[in-house]
Amino acid sequence: MATVFGATSAAISVSSNSRKLHLPSRRSLPGRRAGFLVVRSDAGANPNAGPRRAGQLITNAVATKADAAAPSAPSKPGHELLLFEALREGLEEEMARDPTVCVMGEDVGHYGGSYKVTKGLADKYGDLRVLDTPIAENSFTGMGIGAAMTGLRPIIEGMNMGFLLLAFNQISNNCGMLHYTSGGQFKIPVVIRGPGGVGRQLGAEHSQRLESYFQSIPGIQMVACSTPYNAKGLMKAAIRSDNPVILFEHVLLYNLKERIPDEEYVCSLEEAEMVRPGEHVTILTYSRMRYHVMQAAKTLVNKGYDPEVIDIRSLKPFDLHTIGNSVKKTHRVLIVEECMRTGGIGASLTAAITENFHDYLDAPIVCLSSQDVPTPYAATLEEVTVVQPAQIVTAVEELCQ
Amino acid sequence: MINRFKSKMGSLGLIHFSSWSSSFTRKSPVLVPFPASLTQNLRIPERKFGNSPAHFRFCSRRFESGKVETLSDDVDANQVLDLPEGKVKFTPEMRFISETAKERESCYRVLDDNGKQIMCSNYAEVGPEVAVKMYTDMVVLQTMDIIFYEAQRQGRISFYLTTVGEEAINIASAAALTLDDIVLPQYREPGVLIWRGFTVQEFANQCFSNKADYGKGRQMPIHYGSNKHNYFTVASTVASQLPHAVGVAYSLKMDRKDACVVTYVGDGGTSEGDFHAALNFAAVTEAPVIFICRNNGWAISTPTSDQFRSDGVVVKGRAYGIRSIRVDGNDALAMYSAVYAAREMAISEQRPILIEALTYRVGHHSTSDDSTKYRPVDEIELWKVERDPVTRFRKWIERNGWWSGEAEIEARNSARKQILHAIQEAEKVEKPPVADIFTDVYDCLPSNLVEQEKRLRETIKRHPQDYPSDVPV
Repeated sequence: MATVFGATSAAISVSSNSRKLHLPSRRSLPGRRAGFLVVRSDAGANPNAGPRRAGQLITNAVATKADAAAPSAPSKPGHELLLFEALREGLEEEMARDPTVCVMGEDVGHYGGSYKVTKGLADKYGDLRVLDTPIAENSFTGMGIGAAMTGLRPIIEGMNMGFLLLAFNQISNNCGMLHYTSGGQFKIPVVIRGPGGVGRQLGAEHSQRLESYFQSIPGIQMVACSTPYNAKGLMKAAIRSDNPVILFEHVLLYNLKERIPDEEYVCSLEEAEMVRPGEHVTILTYSRMRYHVMQAAKTLVNKGYDPEVIDIRSLKPFDLHTIGNSVKKTHRVLIVEECMRTGGIGASLTAAITENFHDYLDAPIVCLSSQDVPTPYAATLEEVTVVQPAQIVTAVEELCQ
Repeated sequence: MINRFKSKMGSLGLIHFSSWSSSFTRKSPVLVPFPASLTQNLRIPERKFGNSPAHFRFCSRRFESGKVETLSDDVDANQVLDLPEGKVKFTPEMRFISETAKERESCYRVLDDNGKQIMCSNYAEVGPEVAVKMYTDMVVLQTMDIIFYEAQRQGRISFYLTTVGEEAINIASAAALTLDDIVLPQYREPGVLIWRGFTVQEFANQCFSNKADYGKGRQMPIHYGSNKHNYFTVASTVASQLPHAVGVAYSLKMDRKDACVVTYVGDGGTSEGDFHAALNFAAVTEAPVIFICRNNGWAISTPTSDQFRSDGVVVKGRAYGIRSIRVDGNDALAMYSAVYAAREMAISEQRPILIEALTYRVGHHSTSDDSTKYRPVDEIELWKVERDPVTRFRKWIERNGWWSGEAEIEARNSARKQILHAIQEAEKVEKPPVADIFTDVYDCLPSNLVEQEKRLRETIKRHPQDYPSDVPV
């Protein structure tokens, strides 16, 4: 895992030889990979940063409008796709690049995955590399861990994140621990991914927010994607990481459309994304709530506020560098999350910010979360348990008084 | 009453059963209730009872086989259900499969109780070098168990778990494998490591969790693991290694390696969900994995009669479509042969195999247990003395002229000396440094761990008297 925080200039080298990387033999994979383009989204000027892409700062989270800085080429660069296609693209590129990458999960093979993320891959790579498993989450997660310890890089798909609660034993006791308890002899480069969060009337069992339960497990990393761009980048980074990574997707974000670059890129697993720079208040969010925040931001801008919106992306560990710089600038923090009030990501983030940046705060941190209730089915009730833009606007107004 | 029986079989609701099984024809339905047992097969009676209810009769003897010609013609066209997994024949006989077979599945053995080879047994040959190495490794294992158990009682190590009574399973199964075969142990298989060349010093280092431990002092004693011996680190979670084994086999399958995976589990571990799913997966993915279940009769204080009601573990193999065998776990030659054959099948046919090794856990579950509290002492004595696998094997090698009394004394003394020395050395070696608390959680230290380590060091510096002096900072 890279330590990419500003002060240490041990940034990953950018090399143009990313395509020429030869595939190492299965049992002698190097611990570190250099030579791929790491795109950093930075809040402040950092002379050691990698090359900055034009148009990187997205002022509108739902990027269907034209990019702010489109080059003068006759046709627009990049290609447009939906988020689940971006995930698939990332997955496919990594499978082509490294023969040890494989996928396992329920209905991922010929069915193409419940959300079509693995569509077409079984035809291309065979049903050994894209493996349909019986319905036993703890066991196929365990199988992935065993395969990882032997040199493969499995991507374990949970049909819904909530089902991975059945795999908690394997994820906590084995996935997170075996690298440590074996004295570093066996590594577990798995990616565990799946859709979670509140959907449209999926009922309580299919609306779980597992990031809060998993956050405490030592040895794993957690990231949450929110746009096609970062979905593909995070997928690739997670696959390349030698640590176990849990990639949280959201059921309602799979059909987001965005234009992403044609050339290869990887996002950093430990970095937050600056969505909209501002001066008055720092709004920290991730996954679907990013869109509610951006909607609220429009209203706030009309009312004369200048919110800084950061998509934290990395849920474990938090990117306290980016967050800290923002807090030092605005002195006010609002956290908007979908997790429950108690024990959620917001609770943990509040503690981390208070501990580290207390002196910079002009007001107590406000955290908007879902209530501590199972998500009801009825549409009106469900809507009320999720933080809505109006609440965000009110909270900012109160915070900025 | 007969009039009530329609020609269709669907009028079951009107029929009273006094036994589970009964059969009747469509033309002349006859109820023959009698106190038959489940496994008895009732046939259609030759003598048909007509429409008179008075001819309804009780009978307690079996009838001759009935003729199916009495059934109507349209049954022939629908004799079979054609499903993708295979044809299923229909039957007009309602017969429940019994919960147990008439006899328990028999147990394969090559040596009798006195270590004499049984005539006409098919087995894999074991030459003198292999046999002597097997025996001396058993001696090392026994000696190690005695001395380390004592060390725990003396307070020198915190915990230990013996393999007494299961030495043959450990050593013989390891001897039938190659070093390329990957082993995923449960926790009572250090013999496999002994066979593969793990030294007593390495065992001692792990138990004393010193700097030289491959696990860097992070696990309890007996949680051995060694990459170079292809022996995955023991995890405390029961049966979690079984799905791992399937994953490893899947990996070998992708590699097309001439190797298989061997994983061990106890009778208690077969109750875990992971056991069932792993067997199921292994069958579905056609993975080259050998599941060896050490059925030693006890899961701490739970006897197998409280663990499952099936005929042991071997019958569960068929439920998942896995070839299985029951072996005398205290017979080293039988274990060797079974594992040898299983390995051939697993690799050449790319299929899983289940081996149930019947044995007995002579020792306590661990140093935290006193098994005399829940089982009779004479039961333990019986298995310890009369059915000891090591003695049985020794008699066989002595009979072959490959072993002698002197060799025995020499082997025992040498093992004892080495182990005592290893313990003394291990006790002296430094403990792992504080830095090792934080390394290997991830591939390299993230900022939160860097910060936490810094804080810890500051605290230790400020209050050195509150921290152990023998832990290097």
